[in-house]
Amino acid sequence: MTLALASVALAVILIPAPAAAAPLERFFRVGAGQYAFTPASLRANPGDTITIELHSTDVTHGLYVDGYDVSAEAQPGQPAALTFIASRAGVFRLRCSVTCGTLHPFMLGRLVVGPNWTLARAAALAGLAVLAAPLTLRKAAE
Amino acid sequence: MKRLALTRSPWLKAALKSRWPQFIAAALLLAGFLFVIVSGLLGTPVGSRNFGIIAVWILWWALLILAAVPLAGRGWCAVCPIPLAGDWLQRGALLGPSGRPPRGLNRRLPKALRNIWLQNGVFTLMALFSAVILTNPRVTALALAGMLAAAIGLSAVYERRAFCRAVCPVGGFIGLYAQAAPLELRVADTAVCAACASKACYNGSESGYGCPWGVFPAGLARNSTCGLCLECLRACPKDNIALNLRPFGGDLEKPAARLDEAFKAFLMLGAALAYAAILLGPWGGLKAAALAVGSPAWLAYAAAFLFICFGLLPGLFWLAVRLGQVFAAPRRRTARRSDFALAASALVPLGLMFWAAFSLSFVFANAVYVLNVFSDPLGWGWDLFGAAGLAWQPLLTSWGLPLQIGALVVGAFWAARVARRAAAQGGFHALPVTGYAFGLTLAMMGLLL
Repeated sequence: MTLALASVALAVILIPAPAAAAPLERFFRVGAGQYAFTPASLRANPGDTITIELHSTDVTHGLYVDGYDVSAEAQPGQPAALTFIASRAGVFRLRCSVTCGTLHPFMLGRLVVGPNWTLARAAALAGLAVLAAPLTLRKAAE
Repeated sequence: MKRLALTRSPWLKAALKSRWPQFIAAALLLAGFLFVIVSGLLGTPVGSRNFGIIAVWILWWALLILAAVPLAGRGWCAVCPIPLAGDWLQRGALLGPSGRPPRGLNRRLPKALRNIWLQNGVFTLMALFSAVILTNPRVTALALAGMLAAAIGLSAVYERRAFCRAVCPVGGFIGLYAQAAPLELRVADTAVCAACASKACYNGSESGYGCPWGVFPAGLARNSTCGLCLECLRACPKDNIALNLRPFGGDLEKPAARLDEAFKAFLMLGAALAYAAILLGPWGGLKAAALAVGSPAWLAYAAAFLFICFGLLPGLFWLAVRLGQVFAAPRRRTARRSDFALAASALVPLGLMFWAAFSLSFVFANAVYVLNVFSDPLGWGWDLFGAAGLAWQPLLTSWGLPLQIGALVVGAFWAARVARRAAAQGGFHALPVTGYAFGLTLAMMGLLL
């Protein structure tokens, strides 16, 4: 039983996500104001070319994309843009990269490339872990 | 359960018995603590450029929740600088016992305070203002100065470390999660303690102070009340105190049923979920509400926070335990009231892993600020180590997500194990409690991933 659960867990981690649709060019106009991006969540498919145009509504803000290591900086009235290819599937945080006020480190958004398999896999792993727990206790008792 | 007595090593025991390493660590930390207060009051109001904010809420917090608590339990309490001044005033000595009677009123801590209800209250109060405390250097400085003043004031009135035992909001959750740590202080042989007339570990002796935490080590079964100050190790004339390495979660093998600790567990879970939504979520309105102290939006946020921590989470948990009692085999069905608190021990590893996952989200992303503020601690334009101008760059972003998932999966697994043990000890079925823990894990995953 333990072996079966371990095999399923391995499969959950390793099985590749289904192939995505044909790549597109996607344009997002993102507003940045203390302390949120609007829209806060961006979605794309793997292979898409993403352009984000950042508009600041109050002070200078930045936008840094975790995992892609690209960023842009916009001042009020002076938008900035960044373009990159969404080559990696998954969930990536968007962070403000310019100190903009007290809650600056927590000014976050997210980019989801492809379906959110990260969340699905994590939930499946947690489920398997919960199922495995009694087995490990039984083994210890033996 | 296997244990390895670290104190069997003569050199390690000598190092632990010596007061110098612990005193030097605490004294250095006190200097840092006072500098945090000074930098908060005099330095730049920009949190990410102020030593106080970054040293406390990024550096110290990361070390505490990702390393010190999971690995050493109350290891932080052993070197915490907050009780140092009060100890000195009370004892009239910085190191070993002077032989003089304790100074101050030296009253016993009232029975009503010999639990962590007050700590829960203080933590709740600080949690409600956390968005301001975490980001405003002056408020952080005033909060820490207030804790220092309270520790000194209480040491003048009550015996031992009253602040640590009854008030410290940090000590409350460290004690709760210390039950999961692989380090414990216990007596080597309880029969030796039973035959001991002096009870020097509690009363003190020429070589060590009586337990500052008011604990009689022979009765110590869990880590939550032991501050690892090692005074009993120094005081015991029978050499009967051991510092042991043990498997993770040693105290949770036989869970205890304490309602104050159960509510601490709900409070910590609720706070982790709330902070994940407020601080790490994309909702600007929530952040603004948490920050606007006193406004109607903040009052709504405070009410929601209190409802989640003291209404929703305990209410759903009560239902889960009740279901577990109904589903239990008839011969085991006891429907004891203590099952609620007993089952809540499953939330100890769950909460610890929630906080680890939450902290991983921002600690590494903001680590570069640590280098900035060590070079320019007050934000006055200094550049002591040439790192003041380092541009912000998040670290380990590709590792953050897998580590968070790992922490949450471990938390769910661990909670399920503890739930089974608690169920076996009580009179309920583990499945609903396990389901509760799994549901909260999914909620946290939804917020973080």
